[in-house]
Amino acid sequence: MNRLSAEGVTLAYDQRVIAEQLSVEIPDHSFTVIVGPNACGKSTLLRALSRMLRPQQGRVLLDGQVIQSMPAKKVARTLGLLPQSSVAPDGITVGDLVGRGRYPHQGLLRQWSAEDERIVRESMAATGVAALADRYVDELSGGQRQRVWIAMALAQQTPLLLLDEPTTFLDIQHQIDVLDLCAELHEEQGRTLVAVLHDLNHAARYATHLIALRDGSVIAEGAPADIVTAELVEEVFGLRCQVIDDPETGTPLVVPAARKARTAAATVVKG
Amino acid sequence: MKAPRNQGARAGQAEQVEQAARAEQAQRLPAAPAGGFRGRTLRTGGLSVRVDVRASAVVVLLLVAALAASVVLIGTGDFPIPAADVVRTLLGGGDAGQEFIVNELRLPRVLVGLLVGASLGLGGALFQAISRNPLGSPDVLGLGQGATAGALVVIVLFSGTARQVTAGALAGGLVTGLAIYRLAWKRGVHGYRLVLVGIGVSAIVTAVNGYLITKADLVDATRAVVWMTGSLNGRDWEQVWPLLVLCAVLVPLVLSHGRALRTLEMGDDVAYALGVRVERTRLVLMVAAVLLTAAATAAAGPVAFVALTAPQLARRLTRSPGPNLVPAMCMGAALLVVADLASQRAFGADQLPVGVLTGVVGGGYLLWLLVTERKAGRI
Repeated sequence: MNRLSAEGVTLAYDQRVIAEQLSVEIPDHSFTVIVGPNACGKSTLLRALSRMLRPQQGRVLLDGQVIQSMPAKKVARTLGLLPQSSVAPDGITVGDLVGRGRYPHQGLLRQWSAEDERIVRESMAATGVAALADRYVDELSGGQRQRVWIAMALAQQTPLLLLDEPTTFLDIQHQIDVLDLCAELHEEQGRTLVAVLHDLNHAARYATHLIALRDGSVIAEGAPADIVTAELVEEVFGLRCQVIDDPETGTPLVVPAARKARTAAATVVKG
Repeated sequence: MKAPRNQGARAGQAEQVEQAARAEQAQRLPAAPAGGFRGRTLRTGGLSVRVDVRASAVVVLLLVAALAASVVLIGTGDFPIPAADVVRTLLGGGDAGQEFIVNELRLPRVLVGLLVGASLGLGGALFQAISRNPLGSPDVLGLGQGATAGALVVIVLFSGTARQVTAGALAGGLVTGLAIYRLAWKRGVHGYRLVLVGIGVSAIVTAVNGYLITKADLVDATRAVVWMTGSLNGRDWEQVWPLLVLCAVLVPLVLSHGRALRTLEMGDDVAYALGVRVERTRLVLMVAAVLLTAAATAAAGPVAFVALTAPQLARRLTRSPGPNLVPAMCMGAALLVVADLASQRAFGADQLPVGVLTGVVGGGYLLWLLVTERKAGRI
């Protein structure tokens, strides 16, 4: 059995139902990426998996236990989350921010052990921000800042790490940078990563396991090479396209059909 | 589903693998350079405590300032007493006359000042941290006005005793705090909503207060206005004890939640991810902040501006991120006693209520800091 799964969950914000009877397994030691069009429920699913949203029905299981029933700090030592909305406090240094990731391992009488310090330094080294340790977070570029937040999540030392759109608002080189970092964490440290990504090509290139969502249901899941086809992209995103081999990696590459081809197709359908 | 015992074994195994991976990783990494972390760490055995050197120095300085001002304040009045005599009397060595003046008349007043200032400073720091907004202080949210409404009801409608007025103010503050929390709560309390709801509540309660004053006869109205300015005149041991007990309970409670509060600064989602029980922490701290503010207001009236300024001033002195709870508390105490001292020295005993001075002193200092910071290009 995998460590993290959702069993028949119904997810809703008040009365607005996002997903019903949704079941998802996160394969251990995978780099799972959740894709789907806007408002398909991918971030909502991630919130449920990280116990921030309580399912109205069904349950989310972590190591066989219902996640809501577990002590908060214990969950936080197993499952980390990099949310979209994070605020760097005014005047905080990189070292201090990353250090706050140690919270679930600390207590009133164990505030900053030698181990905490070592792990924070390792996390900063792993994300390439060790040289910035003394800098203020507000001074950093968007890409650097995202690395710092990832370092904080790493310092939490969780075998499972969830990332909610970690590449949004970043330039293309920083997007690749962050994804490379995720791939490294996955390959070298053997962590299970779950990320929500917007870019299907990024997802196809980096994921070892892909979950395609539409309207709160799983349309397909599996290795990108097995499931990403023109039919699937059309079904999930409503976009006509070709799927070719990525010349760099051989993974599926989605090339949207030209505008003329798409309008022609629409005319044919209407006619 | 397998038997739970099986899973426990698996989890243990996984942990071992993780630990091994960690150890291996540590060996590969070069030692990072020192720096990047604020403060010093004291470690003995399994215990480790972090101490922020600059913040500690600020706290010590503020305490010294508050105590020095207290001693001078006790010596100030119609019968001036030199500072040395004040200290000797406080330590139990003065003559009978001095002892009466110091211990019975002036000490309780100064203690009320210190406790009120500390409560307001801490309450303000809590509210500002919870709402993630410097404007989210009890003055702006209408807690002071709520306590005033409670006091006015007792004064105007029932012509109550001083003790009843205190109870009324406490009740008014608590009801207002509860109302703000209820109205601002929607799947969790969010900063902006809290501030906006607070401003709305504040406006309504202020209107009610105005109405109550117009309904009062002259004697009650005078008493009400004096109370509303915030004053330490005539405070005695009867006001000291409840405040002292409340602080003795709430301050340790609040400080034990300090680290959780620091994670809340980074957004609810981050705090959740780090294993903080967000709503529970926020509720406990808000109730504590409301109690502290309401009790302070009940004891001394709505002393203006301390709750808003003390945390901001403390933060600028410590230059530390985070809610700066202890520095804000000490700053509040120092600010109030210094303001009381200034008002007594400049205008004579019991002429100018301290609330007038805290507005001028605290507000002026904050403006000065903001101007110098702007010159330095920091804001």
